[in-house]
Amino acid sequence: MSLRDLLQLFLLVVILFLSTKPLGLYLEKVYDGDKTFLSFVLRPVEKFIYRLLKIDPCEDQYWAKYAIDLLIFSAVSLVFTYAVLRLQPFLPLNPAHQGVVTPHLSFNTAMSFVTNTDWQSYGGESTLSYFSQMVGLTFQNFVSASMGMGVAVALIRSLAKKEGQGIGNFWADLIRGTLYVLLPLCVVIAIILISQGVIQNFLPYQEITTLEGAKQTIAQGPVASQSAIQMLGTNGGGFFSSNSAHPYENPTPLSNFIQMLSIFLIPSALVYLLGKKVGNLKHGWAVWSAMLIVFLAGALICSHFEYQGNPIYQKLGCVSSSNLEGKEARFGIFNSALFATVTTDASCGAVNSMHDSYTPFGGLVPLVNIMLGEVIFGGVGSGLYGMLMYVILTVFIAGLMVGRTPEYLGKKIEGREVKYVMFSLIVMALSILGFTAWGSLDAAGVAGVGNPGGHGFSEILYAFTSATGNNGSALAGLSTNTPFWNLTLAFAMFFGRFFMMIPMLALAGSMVKKRVHPGGEGTFPVDGPLFVGLLLGVIILVGALTFFPALSLGPIAEHFDMLQGHSYK
Amino acid sequence: MSQSSIWNPALVRPALKDAIKKLHPRLMMKNPVMFVVEIGSLLTTIAFFSDFFIDGGREVLIKNSLFNGQITIWLWFTVLFANFAEAMAEGRGKAQAENLRKARTETQAKRQISPGKVERVPSSQLIKGDIVMVEAGELIPADGTVIEGVASVDESAITGESAPVIREAGGDRSAVTGGTTVLSDQIYVQISTNPGESFLDRMIALVEGAVRQKTPNEIALNILLAGLTIVFLLATVTLKPFALYAQTSVSVVILVSLLVCLIPTTIGGLLSAIGIAGMDRLVQRNVLALSGRAVEAAGDVDVLLLDKTGTITMGNRMATAFIPEEGLTEKEVASIALTASAVDLTPEGRSVVTLAKSLGAKSEVPTDCEAVPFSAESRMSGVDGKGLQIRKGAMDAIQKWMKTVANETMSPQLEAAVKKIASTGGTPLVVAKNGKAVGVIHLKDIVKPGIRDRFERIRAMGIKTIMITGDNRLTAGAIAQEAGVDDFLAEAKPEDKLKLIQSYQTDGRMVAMSGDGTNDAPALAQSDVGLVMNTGTQAAREAGNMIDLDSDPTKLIEIVEIGKQLLITRGSLTTFSIANDVSKYFAIIPAIFSATLPALGALNIMGLKSPQSAILSAVIFNALIIIFLIPLALSGVEYRPQSASRILRKNILVYGLGGITVPFIGIKLIDVLISILGLA
Repeated sequence: MSLRDLLQLFLLVVILFLSTKPLGLYLEKVYDGDKTFLSFVLRPVEKFIYRLLKIDPCEDQYWAKYAIDLLIFSAVSLVFTYAVLRLQPFLPLNPAHQGVVTPHLSFNTAMSFVTNTDWQSYGGESTLSYFSQMVGLTFQNFVSASMGMGVAVALIRSLAKKEGQGIGNFWADLIRGTLYVLLPLCVVIAIILISQGVIQNFLPYQEITTLEGAKQTIAQGPVASQSAIQMLGTNGGGFFSSNSAHPYENPTPLSNFIQMLSIFLIPSALVYLLGKKVGNLKHGWAVWSAMLIVFLAGALICSHFEYQGNPIYQKLGCVSSSNLEGKEARFGIFNSALFATVTTDASCGAVNSMHDSYTPFGGLVPLVNIMLGEVIFGGVGSGLYGMLMYVILTVFIAGLMVGRTPEYLGKKIEGREVKYVMFSLIVMALSILGFTAWGSLDAAGVAGVGNPGGHGFSEILYAFTSATGNNGSALAGLSTNTPFWNLTLAFAMFFGRFFMMIPMLALAGSMVKKRVHPGGEGTFPVDGPLFVGLLLGVIILVGALTFFPALSLGPIAEHFDMLQGHSYK
Repeated sequence: MSQSSIWNPALVRPALKDAIKKLHPRLMMKNPVMFVVEIGSLLTTIAFFSDFFIDGGREVLIKNSLFNGQITIWLWFTVLFANFAEAMAEGRGKAQAENLRKARTETQAKRQISPGKVERVPSSQLIKGDIVMVEAGELIPADGTVIEGVASVDESAITGESAPVIREAGGDRSAVTGGTTVLSDQIYVQISTNPGESFLDRMIALVEGAVRQKTPNEIALNILLAGLTIVFLLATVTLKPFALYAQTSVSVVILVSLLVCLIPTTIGGLLSAIGIAGMDRLVQRNVLALSGRAVEAAGDVDVLLLDKTGTITMGNRMATAFIPEEGLTEKEVASIALTASAVDLTPEGRSVVTLAKSLGAKSEVPTDCEAVPFSAESRMSGVDGKGLQIRKGAMDAIQKWMKTVANETMSPQLEAAVKKIASTGGTPLVVAKNGKAVGVIHLKDIVKPGIRDRFERIRAMGIKTIMITGDNRLTAGAIAQEAGVDDFLAEAKPEDKLKLIQSYQTDGRMVAMSGDGTNDAPALAQSDVGLVMNTGTQAAREAGNMIDLDSDPTKLIEIVEIGKQLLITRGSLTTFSIANDVSKYFAIIPAIFSATLPALGALNIMGLKSPQSAILSAVIFNALIIIFLIPLALSGVEYRPQSASRILRKNILVYGLGGITVPFIGIKLIDVLISILGLA
């Protein structure tokens, strides 16, 4: 690692830190329905939508109502996107004349975008029309992100309220998050990206004659607009198959930097919002610090192993063993490793390098990041409520050690709350481990595996981890456009999204009713280094250790094999 | 509590027997973690026998059987150790219950049929509302309220306190308990419970743990442990297909070993023992918690309401100084005061005598004098003799007397002294001889020694102390300051207490109080922890959720500490249990794949001898740690009152970091031992 690398990491952290408070305060205004500097334009639009859909934004919904509305909206979205993909040839904006998308791929893709995963079993430029991308997918990128933010905000409200009933209004949260937060930020980011050379057009694909005289088709399209929301909403679905490694999507180191920053922007601000709303800013920053520590550790470990590369190469006479395979020369090792860490800390899944080509431990970092539940800043909204799950576990286990029954922000953590948290943890483990077991036994699963040995197992494990975690990145050696993979992955995405969201809403519903204990000398401190340390301990002990046996057969076995000079055949 | 008392053979032997009885699946199912271990043990047992008998004979299999057999034995031990811990905790309660049962012998009761007429019936036939007559030397047949008469009662059967107590009709000392003995006089008791519901019955059931219900936090913790068990079950079960993909076969015995090592058996095995032991610690201090919830609530208490009299102060005012009139010495005043109090038998009077004598004063009681007792009208007391009249009393009463007897007035200095005493919360008593004031006695509420330090400690725990008193604000404030309580409620009426509790509870705080009178009952019922004195009325006893058999209100402080200790023990052992897992992965994972993925040998950082010894060591450690921690579970983690963050830091260090490192050392040691012994 060079000084330049560290300087860039430092710059990323500083800008993120500086953005956290102002954006957090802006989020507070938006979700409280207060006036913002954009209200003069957006308020009429917002009101128009409410009138059109007959929504009363002031209705304070009970958690179950919030959850039902969320599920209905998601189901309708799913059917809508499925229909757009199936009817592709009959819809406009299809200059490349893309055909009908197969049912299993349509289902997988629709589920993928509804769940904010953006797993792509297809190559965008070779399968989808501009219409499908913009209306079927980009639309989902906005609303699925806004939905995640809404759930996080509802949970925050439930913690801040004293003996209340409602946790907010699903429709108001959804519309406000989209209108006031995602849209304006996307416009700004898209323009910056365009300035760096990201394309934004509706041109047909260009036929080019190369210097060698060969014919080459170069795909075109409205890339910048999708790329902006892809990062900002931690969706990750790229316009092109090669995602942010494609020069039209991510042309310069600056565009790369902007993309990484925009992945973390909203998740980071939501943590500030937590501290602000519950009246304990120190707690918000403590959670933020825990996230930062895991992020830094991941980035440094990943880039360390990528710089170190494969010792076998050196023995074969290579000058440097650094692992540049699958990486873009314009980003180099550090910017690739950093991007891989950021995209998996959050549930983004956009990639600017091929994770499949990483060294075993370099690739272990993204995998473990997703296994932890993508709580390191995390997905928009989902990162925060995932982290709060760990916070509640921490408070419950360690809180007893101060000699009081556990309480979080003055609200007692009892059987009910533990039940919801454990349910989510179990579903996560069941989906990742269960599907991986299925995939590694079933011939239809094994057929997709592109590499032998421990690495092949890593590909299966990574796929289901990514789907369950709603990340969307993949080890590309795995071919997944088959009925087996499309369907199993779609269900993994479904479990990972809704069996996490619904218990979290139920948790909000039960927390909102509780009395608030004022706290003091005798209560468990939820700020300060001790709490941060405990939280990290619980994340590692409860979150990561579950997957240790599985990991030891994948990347860990692969790593030690590599050190001992073995190669898979 | 010393180690030796825990391993008392009289308790250990029946506990061993119970540990085996508890293997019944119906009982085991109540503890999901240990139930999984039991099923695991069954699976390995089956594997062992099928290997041994069906394919037996071949050398490889015999070696396998030695390993499988040992694993099986240790897995069963794991279950037994957990059962043993619970049985030990229960055993201590049972011994106590046995003693109580002796008091519950069948007696003949004299039931009143009509005024003056009684019939003899067995005590078990008495129902609520019956009136019985009990005479000196007889056992009170059942719980009830004295409705007529007064008697001294020996309650040692329940309290262990041999000094008799007075029980009388009306007022706050009317409740009597079945199984106690009337020593003098005769009383009529209205029975307040039906057979089988008496205080003694409840007490026996409580200490035996028969009616022990899981407390809310225990239930929540059980959900967490069951959830973790499911997660680890998934992690181990899926290892089988993963291993198949890696072309490795993993035996059932090894999978079960991994599972048992990973699931939180340490806390799962000790959890109920911790709960029972917590209740037991209260019983040992002669406090009965009528619900387990109350013990947990005790740990959560934020506010302690303490009655001034009896809890913070000694109960009676005491003389602390004599302030002489100009021209007299302190000793002279003391002598006159001593004379005035010579026949005053009230505690205040005695304290004057004690103080005066300690100053070397001599009484100058003339031979033929008569005592002038205190009367509500004169509000003075003293002695009259030949040419001698001495009085002591409140200033206005004495001033009036001086005026009539000698037409004297008090000097301004003395009046100032009186005012000064009153302003500091004391009670001034003016002493006068032959119509002339000679000095002032300073009577003062004496704060119990050491109480200030105790409050200091309570404050360190983040608990607020509030003194409740009927005194005026001035007096109350002075004592509050001296005792070091955080706040006080002066001129308190019973309704004020209730209102105070409600207002704290609205703020989300938990309140504990003690009381004994019927007028305390509403407040006791409202409080989160209501400690009732055993001498209290039936109404009070029904309103509270804890009863102190010693009737010592300061015990509230100890109860809070016991509640906290219980929760800390639970949390510490949970943390320890979960932290243990790190080492077990490093022991077992490389061992499982030693043949097919030798590269994973790099994870064997403990340098364990062989794959089999590694797995066996982990399983043995996992079983033995339960036994090692039984004393800690029963006696509780050491607890000193201090702020939450300090306690937390210490416990994290001991049980968190300790939980990670200890098993590395333990497993290594066991591995060395079993390879020396050639067991694997």
